[in-house]
Amino acid sequence: MATLAFIVADGVIYASWLFIVAVGMTLVYGVMRILNVAHGSLYALGAYTAATMVGVWFQRGYAPLGSFALLLVAALLVGVVMGLILELGLLQFLHGRDEVVVVLATYATFLILEDVIQLIWGVEARPAPQPYSLLGTTSVGPLLLNNYDLALIALALLVGGVGWWALTRTIAGKLLLAVIFDREMAEACGINVRRVFLVTFLIGSVLGALGGASTAPMISVSRGLGVDVIVLAFAVVVIGGLGSIPGALLGAAVIGLSRAAAVHLLPQAEVFAIYLIMTLVLIVRPYGLLGHERLRKV
Amino acid sequence: MPARDRTGAALAGAFVVFVAAGFFLPSWAVSLVILSLARGIVALGLVVQFRSGLVSFGQALFFAIGGYAVGLAGLKLRLTDMIVLTVIGVAAATLLGAGLGFLMRRYREIFFAMLSLGFSMLFYGLLVKTETLGSTDGFNVPTPTIFGARLSALATRTLLYDLTVAAAAGAALGIHWYLGTILGRLDTALRDNEVRVEYLGYAPGRVIHVQYVLGAALAGGAGALTAMAVGHIDPSMAYWTTSGELVFVTILSGTGSVLAPFLGSLVFGLLQTYALQYAPSVWQMILGVALLAIILRLPGGLWSALERNRARA
Repeated sequence: MATLAFIVADGVIYASWLFIVAVGMTLVYGVMRILNVAHGSLYALGAYTAATMVGVWFQRGYAPLGSFALLLVAALLVGVVMGLILELGLLQFLHGRDEVVVVLATYATFLILEDVIQLIWGVEARPAPQPYSLLGTTSVGPLLLNNYDLALIALALLVGGVGWWALTRTIAGKLLLAVIFDREMAEACGINVRRVFLVTFLIGSVLGALGGASTAPMISVSRGLGVDVIVLAFAVVVIGGLGSIPGALLGAAVIGLSRAAAVHLLPQAEVFAIYLIMTLVLIVRPYGLLGHERLRKV
Repeated sequence: MPARDRTGAALAGAFVVFVAAGFFLPSWAVSLVILSLARGIVALGLVVQFRSGLVSFGQALFFAIGGYAVGLAGLKLRLTDMIVLTVIGVAAATLLGAGLGFLMRRYREIFFAMLSLGFSMLFYGLLVKTETLGSTDGFNVPTPTIFGARLSALATRTLLYDLTVAAAAGAALGIHWYLGTILGRLDTALRDNEVRVEYLGYAPGRVIHVQYVLGAALAGGAGALTAMAVGHIDPSMAYWTTSGELVFVTILSGTGSVLAPFLGSLVFGLLQTYALQYAPSVWQMILGVALLAIILRLPGGLWSALERNRARA
C-alpha cells in the first residue's frame, strides 16, 4: 500500500513536470507542424537563467519568497527573447518546407545552442536549491511531500487549465484551433497565419523555458540538460498524439506513472519502460492516443 | 544528353587510391578513414531511404546492433576473425531490420522518424541497464584476427583499414546497381507521389521494406567495423545523438551519388578532428551552422556543389 502511494505521488509529480515541458512542444507542432528539437535547449536555457538569477537574488539577501516570481520572470525572458530570435531569424524561412527537413533545422539549432549555453555558463554545475526548501513539507499518511513539488503540480494544472480556457473560450484561441485544423482554409478566411505562428511559437518557447526554470531548484543545473529532455518530451507528445494538448496531459500521466512504477518495482526497466510505451503506442495508434489521422492527399 | 555514368570507374579509382594510401598514412589518419568510411556506409543506407523522403532518426539502432553483435561474438563465442565478425554484424542487423521492417513499412514522414527513434531508444534503455554488458560503460572488444592469424597491431590495423575500404566500395557498388533497377528507381517516385505509384501497380510498403533492410544491413556492417576499430562499445552507440550525427552526414553529403556519403563522411571526420583539436568548445556550433547552411543554401548537399562546378567547367 505504501509503495502504491509512493508510486502515485512520484508519478504525479513527474507527470506534472513532463506536462509543462511537453505541452509547448505539442502546441507548436499542432499549429506550425514543427517538431522542435531545440525545445530542449529552451528548457536548458530557462534552467540556467533561473539558477543564475536565483543565485544572485539570495546572494543579495532579497526577500526569499520573491525567488518564485523570479523563476517566472526567467522563463518569460528566455522564452520571448529566444522565441523571437528563432522564429524571425530562422523558422519563418522554412515554412512550407518538408516537416522532416524542419526537424533537422531545429536539430541544428539545438547543436548551436548547446555550445552557446556552455560558452555562457561554462562546465560547472549551477545549484540553486533555496526555493525548493522554502515552502516546507506536508505529510500525507506515509508520505512526506515537499510543498514545492505540490506547487509544481498546481502549476501544471494551471498551465493546462489556462490553455484549455484560452483555446476554447477566447477568440484568439478559436483562431488558433482553426489554424490547427486547416491552415489553408484558415488563411483563406482572413486569419493572419504568420502572426498566429509567431504568437504560438512564443508561447511554446515560454512554456519550454518555464519547464526548465521550475526544475532549476530541484536539480543541480549542469551540462547536457537538454539532451535527455528532448526525447522524453518526444515520447510524451507522441503517446498523446502530435499536436493534441489533452494528449500531452495524458501522455505525461502515462509516462510519469509508469516510470514511477518502474523505479519502485523494477529499477532496471526505468528507461526501457518509457520507450516501450512510446513504441507500442506508435505501433497500435500511430497518431497517438488522442490524435487524429491525417487524410492522404492525391 | 545525360552525362555518361562514371560511378563504377570512379569507385575503382578511389578503391586503388585508398588501398595504396593505407601504406603511407599515419596511424591517426588510418583510424580517421576507417571510422569515416564506416559512417559513410551507414549514411549510404540513409541516402537510399532519404530518396523516398524517409528519414530514420534511429539508424543508431542497427549501428549498435552490429557493434554489440561483434562484442558478444568475441566475448561468448571467442570469435575474433574480422571478416567473420563483420558478417555477423551484418547478419544480426539484417535479421532485426527484416523483422522490424514489417512495422516500419506502414509509416511515413514524421511517424517513420519517430518509430525508428522509439526502437533505437528501446535498445538504448535495454543496454544501459544490462549490467552483464557493462551498463553505461560498455565493454572492450578483443583485437581482431584474420584467417586465424594474430598479426602485429600495425598489420591488424592496416588489414582492418583494407577491409573497411573494400566494404565501402562493395556497398557503394551494390547500392549503385540497386538504384538502377526498377525497385531502386521507385524511391524518388514514392517521395513525389505514393498514391500514383500504387496506381502503377507497385506496392510502396514493399519498396520501403527493402530499403529498410538494406539500411539495416549497411548500418550493422558499419557498426561491426567501428567496434573493431575502436576496440570498445557502449550504449551511446544507440543513443539518439548518434542517429542525429548519421542523419547529419546524410544531409551534408546529399543524395546525388553513392559516392556522396563517403565524401560527406570524410569531410565530417576531418572537420571533427580539427575542430576538436583547435576549437573544442564550439565544435557543435560549427556542426549546427554547417547543417543550417546546407538546409538553407544547398539542399542537394556537398555533392550538388561538386556537380554544379563540373557543369560550369
